[in-house]
Amino acid sequence: MEIKEVICISCPLGCVVKVEIDDGGIKNITGYSCKRGITYAQKEITNPVRIVTSTIKVDGGEKPLVSVKTKQSIPKNKIFDCMDEIRRMVVKAPVEAGDIIIENVAGTGVDVVATKEVQPAFLINQ
Amino acid sequence: METYEVIVIGGGPAGLAAAVSAREHGIDRVLILERDKELGGILNQCIHNGFGLQIFKEELTGPEYAKRFIDKVEELKIEYKLNTMVLNISEGKVVTAVNRDDGLFELQAKAVILAMGCRERSRGALNIPGYRPAGIFSAGTAQRLVNIENYMPGNEVVILGSGDIGLIMARRMTLEGAKVKVVAELLPYSGGLKRNIVQCLNDYDIPLKLSHTVVDIHGKERISGVTIARVDDKGKPIKSTEEYYSCDTLMLSVGLIPENELSREMGVDINPVTNGPRVNESLETSVEGVFACGNVLHVHDLVDYATLEAQNAGRNAAEYVNKYNDNSSKAVDGAEINIIAKNGIRYTVPEKININRMDESVIVRFRVTDIFKNAYVVVFLDGERIIRKKRLIMVPSEMEEIRLEKAKLAAHDQLRTVTIEVEKE
Ligand SMILES: Cc1cc2nc3c(=O)[nH]c(=O)nc-3n(C[C@H](O)[C@H](O)[C@H](O)COP(=O)(O)OP(=O)(O)OC[C@H]3O[C@@H](n4cnc5c(N)ncnc54)[C@H](O)[C@@H]3O)c2cc1C
Ligand code: SF4
Repeated sequence: MEIKEVICISCPLGCVVKVEIDDGGIKNITGYSCKRGITYAQKEITNPVRIVTSTIKVDGGEKPLVSVKTKQSIPKNKIFDCMDEIRRMVVKAPVEAGDIIIENVAGTGVDVVATKEVQPAFLINQ
Repeated sequence: METYEVIVIGGGPAGLAAAVSAREHGIDRVLILERDKELGGILNQCIHNGFGLQIFKEELTGPEYAKRFIDKVEELKIEYKLNTMVLNISEGKVVTAVNRDDGLFELQAKAVILAMGCRERSRGALNIPGYRPAGIFSAGTAQRLVNIENYMPGNEVVILGSGDIGLIMARRMTLEGAKVKVVAELLPYSGGLKRNIVQCLNDYDIPLKLSHTVVDIHGKERISGVTIARVDDKGKPIKSTEEYYSCDTLMLSVGLIPENELSREMGVDINPVTNGPRVNESLETSVEGVFACGNVLHVHDLVDYATLEAQNAGRNAAEYVNKYNDNSSKAVDGAEINIIAKNGIRYTVPEKININRMDESVIVRFRVTDIFKNAYVVVFLDGERIIRKKRLIMVPSEMEEIRLEKAKLAAHDQLRTVTIEVEKE
């Protein structure tokens, strides 16, 4: 049996929730002050996910970078694979907010989309 | 001189929401002046998500949140000038600004909304005498470099201060391949949101050392390392706890200060605790017809509250202008009642209320001085206690609020002061 600690972030109290785990899964949860702590800890132990936000280089844009995010959250252990793809990627201006920049990033089934528009450089200079 | 009814100084989320609200309350001639090359303020560099949970019930990134309001400004055809720096506002509300197209120009406003946001506290925080090698950045500057300019400040990072920008940058630098060695915080608690501690530090095994500070900076041209030590309860470093960390970058995330040079120069009363203007229930400063909202008023951790506050300021500015146009008397009966922050409450916004002018209720926002668990927020009208609300926890890094009902205030005979304080169990 193993005990994992999760800090609940559902409110500023930040309870340290202790989760007892064995081969069969979660055995016991303690340390929470309200029910939200249980749900949060279960999720963090069985399937922790995060939205990843970053920037991608833009070719020929008014700005060198466009901000992006994973459209849905991805498994926590895929964050760095996701970043590898993001850091290798270059897009051409123009980019619109919501444009899909990388499909199915790191095999997660989730797309990386732009969160801001970037116009081509020449439009600005005119 | 060209005249506008409402001039908004600053095109961040507060300025945008204030302008939209003024327009929606019937004001035609609204102008936003923004010194940057785009609207959106600090949100443009805050590419992480976590904005808008209160207002939109979804998690947006900074640029996405800003876009919702920029679109609204465009849709309502509200005028704005970019790359335009406001240099001065006179007490008579003449706004002096400069940009490349118009040069130096003056505009007359009937009402002014201050929404200049804040700037970072900086090196003054580094209480170390002597030479400063390259490689020391404020966290906000680093954020701008990485997220907008495509420039990585360094590869081995130590962060001093656990404000939210520092925490966000710890994760950002890690994702970009840098090694963040430690975050040192002088206080015994973090200045950032819990969520950021967990998702920016714990997720990446970055240690947070509370009650620690940087006592020495090494390196000649470029920083090569720092010495960190634990501090005692008076904030004095303890020699025997010194530890050396090699690094090429030191980031400072030691808090934000409202940007009030313009306000000060025009004679607006500033509260030394918030460094923001003193305002009444209408968010009007000590200068009539000049309103304030967002980070220039007091530092907000959540943009949603800055937006709500700004909508209020916009509406009140509109009301002020409408009265001004009607030539009706602006004077309102009844004295202003002071709101006093005591015992555990660091400040309140607003600080004054006029019962005759207030809406059915007014939200008073405040911060506490310390961490309080299972404590009560209590409100007294002179000696009479009218509110006693339990809070599981209150922390200095998270803004609190409480609602005051007009009916209750009005029912109290000859009310002089409202006092808000924390009562421990
Ligand atoms: C790093 C960081 C992370 C954050 N993370 C979150 C988060 O996850 N979730 C959340 O809800 N909130 C977050 N916030 C808080 C939120 O961003 C702020 O509350 C909000 O941006 C404040 O808006 P504002 O309009 O008052 O200020 P700002 O956004 O700073 O806008 C002020 C504007 O005024 C302009 N200006 C200033 N002086 C002049 C002048 N003299 N002439 C012309 N223009 C001028 C500036 O250029 C700027 O555009 C974060 C803040 C920071 C700094
Ligand atoms: S368990 Fe409940 S009280 Fe504790 S941090 Fe989570 S939400 Fe807050």
